Amino acid sequence: MRLGELWAYRELLYFLIWRDVKVRYKQTVLGAAWAILQPLLTAAVFTLFFGRLAGIASDGMPYPLFSYVGLLAWTFFAQGLTQSSASVVGSAQLITKVYFPRLVIPIAAVLSGFVDLAVAFPVVVVMMWHYHVWPGLALLALPCLVLLGLVAAVGVGLWLSALNVKYRDVRYVVPFLVQIWLFVTPVIYPASTVAAYLEGWGIPAWVLGLNPMAGVVEGFRWALLGAPTTPGPLIASSAVTGLVLLVSGIFYFRSVERSFADVV
Amino acid sequence: MSAAAIRVEGLSKMYLIGERQPYKSLRESIMRALSKPFRGEPGDEATVWALKDVSLEIGEGEVVGLIGRNGAGKSTLLKILSRITEPTEGRVELHGRVGSLLEVGTGFHQELTGRENIYLNGAILGMRRAEIARKFDEIVDFAEVERFIDTPVKHFSTGMYLRLAFAVAAHLEPEILLVDEVLAVGDAAFQKKCMGKMGDVARGGRTVLFVSHNLAAVQALCQRAVLLRSGRMHLYGGVDEVVSTYHAEISSAEASLSARQDRQGDQRLVVSKLHIFPLRGNPGDTVRTGDDTVFELYYENRCGQSVRNLEVTIGIYDFLGRAMTFLENAPTGVRIDTDAESGSFRCVVPKLPLIPGQYVVNLHLKEHMTIIDWVQQALAFTVHDGDFFGTGKQTFTRVGGVFVPQSWAHRAHGSSQGEP
Repeated sequence: MRLGELWAYRELLYFLIWRDVKVRYKQTVLGAAWAILQPLLTAAVFTLFFGRLAGIASDGMPYPLFSYVGLLAWTFFAQGLTQSSASVVGSAQLITKVYFPRLVIPIAAVLSGFVDLAVAFPVVVVMMWHYHVWPGLALLALPCLVLLGLVAAVGVGLWLSALNVKYRDVRYVVPFLVQIWLFVTPVIYPASTVAAYLEGWGIPAWVLGLNPMAGVVEGFRWALLGAPTTPGPLIASSAVTGLVLLVSGIFYFRSVERSFADVV
Repeated sequence: MSAAAIRVEGLSKMYLIGERQPYKSLRESIMRALSKPFRGEPGDEATVWALKDVSLEIGEGEVVGLIGRNGAGKSTLLKILSRITEPTEGRVELHGRVGSLLEVGTGFHQELTGRENIYLNGAILGMRRAEIARKFDEIVDFAEVERFIDTPVKHFSTGMYLRLAFAVAAHLEPEILLVDEVLAVGDAAFQKKCMGKMGDVARGGRTVLFVSHNLAAVQALCQRAVLLRSGRMHLYGGVDEVVSTYHAEISSAEASLSARQDRQGDQRLVVSKLHIFPLRGNPGDTVRTGDDTVFELYYENRCGQSVRNLEVTIGIYDFLGRAMTFLENAPTGVRIDTDAESGSFRCVVPKLPLIPGQYVVNLHLKEHMTIIDWVQQALAFTVHDGDFFGTGKQTFTRVGGVFVPQSWAHRAHGSSQGEP
């Protein structure tokens, strides 16, 4: 897969991430506060409509905390997917003028979302302190779950960014995809609700994990908020689909990247 | 001869030109897949060979110019050598670290400061962070932008922006350098500096392939040159021989103007000949600064349709590709309608103000928003020394672009002798 070349260009990767981060909040009044406001306001709306009015369960956790932690993982994924899918077409200027491994572009687009994740994270600590919820040993699994979220975002991002070069339909598909994906991922509701329903049909709960973000979101809650049961099978099946997406994404991207400069 | 740094064998590159846009909509692809059994293979689209069967070898440390008309395949060749695009056929061998400079300022971001852009652009061009840090002061110094280095480049003047962009690029130190027409940047003083820097690079033992329309620059920098014509290699040899062949090619455009295939527009009218000569002379006579000069353009109407309100533009560019002036009928209030089979337009420029030198002409015929015929580099012509000011003296100016009529007077105030 010629990944060694990617390593040789790690400084370029670093500079592209740095540029994205630097430029993202320039000329905005609130700057990086947006990274907190987006998930926080969404969590507030979810709490009001889904938690209070619709009375959706939250596995015994306070609903605001439940939804904010879920949104933290989800926002990282959704932003990464959105940014990276447009990244190759958006970098047409570079692609037609300079050679470098094209993989750098969508990967940098996803990685720049880490900064937003890091900015929004302390809010969780404040909320946990407020609700007197403390993490256990499962917290140690958090970096692995973040990595899994990254793998899933890059995997999908590679597919979409490469397809977008050839089929500009992708631009219209992405917002729609992100919306649908949010609803099929246990962000608003706990996975346990769906698992119970599935088991009624004799379908094992890990099937939910075929959506890689199901494992990541549930995993985030387990690691941070100490959910009673370990969502092991769910995370395992999510890891498998995540890796399949990543590897197939790299192969597809590699197979079409040689024509990028002529088509983009 | 030293070992080859660049070896190219049977290189060809084909582009599809049938489709309006190279990318497809999903629907189109699905429809095509569904209808395939009922149609021919999609190979029936029009194709064009931007490059056809080019083979050449450039030795280590050689500085080679690459010249040819627009569309001859120069940029395509550089793009293939830079690995930006893949050849359709043939193979390329490169021995050494390649740096390519197809434009200046690639990846510059308007919102970032000069300092930030130096690092970003350097990384994009393949420089290491430590290397950029080491050369940082030199780059800033070269670009003459010390005072604005922490200002976002969107506040830079065009000149400053280009100087900074060129400065970063000029400090790239690969073993093989591929350069595309990046010297025509900034004012005359900065261009001189750029040429000096390119000269240093050329003498520094690096292998350089250099594309330029600036034939003087090619001759100054390169020992050898390649002439491409319609995607094929026409000549590869000593720079003087190649440049003079190319010059003959564009100067004898009169004969070949109607044969030019690389024209754009709907071709309702086609320019067949262009003559530039002194009003008190004949086609073929030498053109001098200060002479009343005729630009006579012959056209043919090949499809018999009439054209209303035709806009004719004769664009005159100097040897650096800088636009000097445009001769246009529309702004002068002259309306042209034609349904003739052929004819000519004559534009007379009283007292030609161009300084002596070489010029290139682009021709453009337009009806409202529609391009009818557009030929780039239709003709090259030389303006010789002349008597612009009508004083019987020859002008020897080689700087600036044009002479303007002027009158001078001197009035003395007071007297150095004191009042008598």
